[in-house]
Amino acid sequence: MAAGSTYTPIATTTLGSATNSVNFTSISGTYTDLVLVGSFQTSANGTNPGVYFNSSTGSVSQTSLYGNGSAAGSFRLTGYGFIFFGGGGDVANVESNIIIHIQNYSNTTTNKTSLIRYNQTSEATYAIVAMRNNTAAITAVNLTTQAGNYKAGSTFTLYGILSA
Amino acid sequence: MSPILGVWASQNYPRITSSYESIATVTVGAGGSSTITFSSIPSTYTHLQLRILGKNNAADNGAWNIFLNFNSSASTSNTFHYLLGDGASVSAGASTGNTHCIAGVFAGSTTTTFSNSIIDILDYKNTNKYKTIRSLNGVDFNGSGSMRFYSNLWQSTQAISSIDITSEGSKTITQYSHFALYGIKGS
Repeated sequence: MAAGSTYTPIATTTLGSATNSVNFTSISGTYTDLVLVGSFQTSANGTNPGVYFNSSTGSVSQTSLYGNGSAAGSFRLTGYGFIFFGGGGDVANVESNIIIHIQNYSNTTTNKTSLIRYNQTSEATYAIVAMRNNTAAITAVNLTTQAGNYKAGSTFTLYGILSA
Repeated sequence: MSPILGVWASQNYPRITSSYESIATVTVGAGGSSTITFSSIPSTYTHLQLRILGKNNAADNGAWNIFLNFNSSASTSNTFHYLLGDGASVSAGASTGNTHCIAGVFAGSTTTTFSNSIIDILDYKNTNKYKTIRSLNGVDFNGSGSMRFYSNLWQSTQAISSIDITSEGSKTITQYSHFALYGIKGS
């Protein structure tokens, strides 16, 4: 039943200079799920990093669950241009990591739901479910910020998972 | 860490050409299904991961528990804890003596919105341990929904050879729901 190796790196970006935009485009529809893994620092406090898809902002909503070391909480965001990883309390020059799971990204039948884990030790640990209210296949994953940049040296890798 | 366990294992240990393998996949067809079954699971892996895109026919934008049963067992040997955020508050709970594990929720969606689940079943073939299952699950309906963590314990030392997946309320799992089982090898 096994189909061989199924967890395949599609592309990796290591930033040579700071930027507020990291884009994975022309994503093949070959896989079943996408997983984006990132390790990064931001250039300013309150950079508020996030993600959108298909180079088109909007049509996203999210439910977030977090713990910040003294409290746990949950919030919902709708009507924003992109999915926020955190709550805006991120601190500059602190290593952060992100894992974004986008399941069944290439079908044209369902809205696209993502599960996201985000950790920034100076802010909080987050788990997020996000929905893109659009049945189009995802062909681009766009990382962005509300203000400030991802710093040079930040790395992002996109993987494809292929089911049997 | 576990959702990319296969990648980390292959990066940090002597190279294995295939540490994360697809075992079987079910995509629900027209008419839906009451039960999804993975049977004759090979014992060649160390851990299992089940990835679900799920919706049932409740049509109420609600959250309906995803039930897992192992080896067709109906004994009351399952316990779980959960942590849940509903967009306004956080809640937690636990339960013992259940006939099934709970791995998250299906979307009881009125639209084409499905829930996502990533379920790790650790040491599934080990006959010296009870089986631990952890789950990351969420659904967002653009104004409602929830983000959830589950931890389950199946108090059996049996090696897991089959998994049955059903919906709370005996709801029908709807078309386009997708269930993918993967095996993760150790070195």
